[in-house]
Amino acid sequence: MKIAICVKQVPDSWAEKKMVNGVLDRESVDAVLNDLDEYAIEEALRVVEPLNEGKETPEHTITLISMGPDRATEAIRKGLSMGADSGVLVTDPALAGSDAIATSKVLSEVIRAGGFDLVFCGTESTDARMSVIPAMLAERLGWAQLTFAGSVKVDASNSVVEIARMTESGVETMSAKFPCVVSVIEKINEPRYPSFKGIMAAKKKVIENKSLADFGISAAEVGATGAWSVVADAQARPPRDKGVKIEDSGEAGAKLADYLAEKRLV
Amino acid sequence: MSNVLILADHDSGKVAKTAAELATLGKRASSVNAVILSAPGQSDALAAQLANTEVEKVLSVESDDFAKHGIAAMVDALSQIVATTNPVAVLIPSTARGKEIAGRLAVRIGGGVITDAVDVASNLQTTQSVFGGSFTVTASVKTGTPVITVRPSAVEASSTSNSPTVEKLSISIADSAKLVTISESKPAVKGGRPELTEAKIVISGGRGTNGDFSQVEAMADLLGAAVGASRAATDAGWYPHTHQVGQTGKTVSPQLYVACGISGAIQHRAGMQTSKTIVAINKDPEAPIFDLADFGVVGDLFAVLPQAREAIAAKRS
Ligand SMILES: Cc1cc2nc3c(=O)[nH]c(=O)nc-3n(C[C@H](O)[C@H](O)[C@H](O)COP(=O)(O)OP(=O)(O)OC[C@H]3O[C@@H](n4cnc5c(N)ncnc54)[C@H](O)[C@@H]3O)c2cc1C
Repeated sequence: MKIAICVKQVPDSWAEKKMVNGVLDRESVDAVLNDLDEYAIEEALRVVEPLNEGKETPEHTITLISMGPDRATEAIRKGLSMGADSGVLVTDPALAGSDAIATSKVLSEVIRAGGFDLVFCGTESTDARMSVIPAMLAERLGWAQLTFAGSVKVDASNSVVEIARMTESGVETMSAKFPCVVSVIEKINEPRYPSFKGIMAAKKKVIENKSLADFGISAAEVGATGAWSVVADAQARPPRDKGVKIEDSGEAGAKLADYLAEKRLV
Repeated sequence: MSNVLILADHDSGKVAKTAAELATLGKRASSVNAVILSAPGQSDALAAQLANTEVEKVLSVESDDFAKHGIAAMVDALSQIVATTNPVAVLIPSTARGKEIAGRLAVRIGGGVITDAVDVASNLQTTQSVFGGSFTVTASVKTGTPVITVRPSAVEASSTSNSPTVEKLSISIADSAKLVTISESKPAVKGGRPELTEAKIVISGGRGTNGDFSQVEAMADLLGAAVGASRAATDAGWYPHTHQVGQTGKTVSPQLYVACGISGAIQHRAGMQTSKTIVAINKDPEAPIFDLADFGVVGDLFAVLPQAREAIAAKRS
């Protein structure tokens, strides 16, 4: 079984974000592995580890796939130190400003070329937050879409995956034959911290660097020029007015009621 | 004829409020066709619920495949409807499912996609609130038919005296859209309280409740509010995950948000910081939630909430 995991390097969630000409200024902030992708890596590791137990060379492998600038290598390296086997990074100057349509195009071509059985993803990236890439990958690849999984069962011998899809509308049990695109929600597991051994081992693991030409994708299909939507304007939201803060010495509840009444909220 | 296509979502026999909201936005650009994808025998009762909205025409497709095969089957039906009706835009509710449908549909029909719009203008330019509400972005699709998802409750639905015509379409779902089999479906249990994303007031509890949501719920009931929870509270099993507010939960933007025993982690803020008025009750004066609060109370929620309730009740009588 060959599992691919799509991972993204994102600005640290805590970092103050800046926008320049309608796009996020990624240079000015610390970049980390999208934390929602860690749940996908953890889940895939939990699938393959018992199956590989006691084997000299692992029969079931995990490849991390990312699209991004050179420094996205760090995000892949983090996933390798958790235990994934190898990485592929697609870097190309033409990719800057790509929308979800283009990103899904590139990732799907990498997946197609790799001969994978399953793709795991987080449900969204913490920066763009569109939550569409896993579904788009299923669409482009013509694979089964098993997304928003709160639990995953992989039956490798019968090539079947069953998940519990957990969303605001409820819980659905669904299954499909390989190949499948699986996305996992953050309630599914507790991602491991890379061990010292894992970090050392990751240094020797291979990250292949690829360009668009390697997958026969033309520069015109991706990046800001190839994007199917354009940002006209981006404005920082005015900061919230400074509020009042009171210490409760027995009458804060009544004061809160007064405040709400004054604001005509009750 | 020029038209906007909207997807009218429904659950347990009821059309979602989002349908009338999408119709209101769609009407700004053109006349509105609403698609209802349902099980056999259900579409008439659903279509009837679109009376007095801006929907001009209901296009209904009845098939067991939607419940059995889910999103891929819905996308297959929608793409066939787009091909025959040629809309100027497709509007879909911004739910987990809606966004996935939108993403797949956009790829299928070759149109750009914009998610989580909070407004759509007559020229189909969208407004989005991004990075947890810290930026407001206007954007538009420049290639193909725009596919736009709109956040629930982003606009007030206008009411009309329309009664839409209903057309039943016979569409067959391709085998390639039947790769997934849904064997069981448990809809989220709806209590008597308003929906989180629709409520004008949200009262949320976090780890500070220590598992006791009774004060949070009592306040919510007094104010006709929805109940929200932090991830710490849903992870602990104190409240259903469908009530989680934040980055991996729901995004809410009510008139009033009251955070009780919630520290204000960035992932929680991402789901509530565009609320009009924010009140925080927290024992820790240094809690980051106070940076956002219009009115902050440093105190014990178990003392502050009951007193506030009594005082509000006294004001009303
Ligand atoms: C990938 C990822 C996604 C996440 N998504 C979300 C999300 O969608 N939503 C979300 O909420 N979080 C999310 N989180 C978790 C987030 O980082 C915080 O851990 C979480 O919000 C903390 O919840 P809390 O504020 O209830 O708990 P805590 O941070 O423990 O805060 C509890 C607060 O209660 C106060 N308190 C205690 N007792 C009382 C009392 N009697 N009266 C008044 N105050 C009291 C304390 O002073 C403290 O400030 C996510 C995290 C990750 C890594």
